[in-house]
Amino acid sequence: MRRLAPAIGLAVALTAPAWVWNPYHLHTLIMAGIFAVLALSLNLLLGYTGQLSLGHAAFFGIGAYASALLTVKLEWSPWLGLLAAIVLPGLAGYVIGRLALKLRGAYFVLLTISFAGCVSLVSVNWMDLTNGPLGIPGVPPVEIALPGLPPLSLRTKSAYYYLVLAAVVGAYLLCLALIRSRVGRALVALRENETLAASVGIDATHYLVLAAVASAAMAGFAGGLYAHYTRFVSPEVFLFTYTVTMVIMVVAGGKGTLAGPVVGAVLFTVLPEALRELTSYQWQMLLYGVLLVAVLFFMPEGVVPALRTAWSALRRRWRPS
Amino acid sequence: MDQLLQHLLNGLLLGATYSLLGIGLTLVFGLMNVVNFAHGEFYTLGAYAAFAALALASVHFFLAIPLAIVAGALAGAVCERVLLRPLRGQSIDTVMLVMIGLWIAMQNAELLGWGGVAKSVPTPFPTHPVVLGAVSVAPLRIFVFVISGLLILGAHLLLSRTKLGRAMRATFQDRETAALMGVSIERIHTVTFAFGAGLAAAAGALLGPVFLLYPSMGDLASLKAFSVVILGGLGNFGGAALGGVVLGIAEELGAGYISSGYRDAVGFLMIVGVLLLRPSGLFARAERVG
Repeated sequence: MRRLAPAIGLAVALTAPAWVWNPYHLHTLIMAGIFAVLALSLNLLLGYTGQLSLGHAAFFGIGAYASALLTVKLEWSPWLGLLAAIVLPGLAGYVIGRLALKLRGAYFVLLTISFAGCVSLVSVNWMDLTNGPLGIPGVPPVEIALPGLPPLSLRTKSAYYYLVLAAVVGAYLLCLALIRSRVGRALVALRENETLAASVGIDATHYLVLAAVASAAMAGFAGGLYAHYTRFVSPEVFLFTYTVTMVIMVVAGGKGTLAGPVVGAVLFTVLPEALRELTSYQWQMLLYGVLLVAVLFFMPEGVVPALRTAWSALRRRWRPS
Repeated sequence: MDQLLQHLLNGLLLGATYSLLGIGLTLVFGLMNVVNFAHGEFYTLGAYAAFAALALASVHFFLAIPLAIVAGALAGAVCERVLLRPLRGQSIDTVMLVMIGLWIAMQNAELLGWGGVAKSVPTPFPTHPVVLGAVSVAPLRIFVFVISGLLILGAHLLLSRTKLGRAMRATFQDRETAALMGVSIERIHTVTFAFGAGLAAAAGALLGPVFLLYPSMGDLASLKAFSVVILGGLGNFGGAALGGVVLGIAEELGAGYISSGYRDAVGFLMIVGVLLLRPSGLFARAERVG
């Protein structure tokens, strides 16, 4: 099952455009993919270092703005824009990480909120650069230009879907590589007992900043993908709702697991769409809040670990060996 | 010079309500070790409760404010009983996430209940300003300032002079000993959280008529409250009272002389600056934050 579940998941994901006919449903899946990258990035901090960043929408927004501004104003290729959407948020993550990771717990949370608040105010007020609340329209679509072939535009939803899917798989593998490496073990050691970890020579700030940079770069890349998908960027990308959604995806899916954020992202983008007929946006957000509390009360590990436990209990009952 | 005086006065008047917001939050943190992200929602609740009492039940303005405080304190007591009591002994991070959930749920419940259209609260005060030499001020602002000051003083006296206040401080210093001395621990927890929520509701009921009511107004209030608490040092009552005035004046000066678009950035920058340079607060004894 451990091996089978990801394989089935990937097979379903790869064939999705073939059997998802409704373009709106495909759009939902693309957003689920973008959120999966975001949730994976937040999980790197919340799940593996135990530090809750409530400013993650800032990195998402910086990535979106970086790519949009460079491609619209300087007419860079969207690929370079996407690269900038990794590099610039990564740099921001480095600076914030160096400053904020001296702090822990509530202090860290407050510092990240403040950072996101400042960035959001800049996006609204710096009219010359960001065009303020009006936003930046006309972000170019991503194109694949191979020599000798006409450029292939990823303007269609099914083509963009595969780009986003590749990003999710890439982000997943990056997290996997990090977690399985010395870095991941150091992070978990710091999360579990910082004093003990420090006593065996683990440099807390070094590893935490590393995690922050990787996390910010991934969130920024998701922002770049979002910008070239919706082709429009406004200060709304900094909305606190994005951060809240990410937190719920990670906590409900299972923080500190790799599959958890992905499952959480799919659940919390597909479910609201399925419920859209029945409920309004406010009811959805109200439900998010209640769900977050309910998960913490009744399933504090999250969905994925709970499913794993249930599965192994089931197996033991069937094969008592 | 006149302009500077006017800014300073406005800052002081605004700052008193920030202090009121801040002490509720700092009490709950200092005494209960709960980071209450839903603090701003009790502020919103207070504002809407006052509005409901005035507009729907048409009670008198002066009666609407105590009603709002009672509503906030009751809601706080319920939250403590239902959400916080079962989590006692859990890690501070779990409690923090639960409070974030409560924040989102409460805010959207307000949005569903009252709609997104901003509401204004009618007051019996004349709108034309009182001119005091070089500066002028609206009568309502003076009223808000005076009541805020009285509430802060009352909270201070309750904590330091009454039996209840002593029981509260004792409980959070040493649970077991306090329980041995006959303090009902569970009741003290509920009362403390209700007290903090009531103070937030009071700030909402007082500031609601000054500004407009809208369901997400609590977000900014939370931000201000957190800025104040960090300025004063988490858990420091006097620091929060002073921090509120500092933040109010800094905001007015920032908005007046730099850019009004960045008014709310003052709070953010203060949080960042204080946390990085003097994390135990401007007026505090040393405290470990890392």
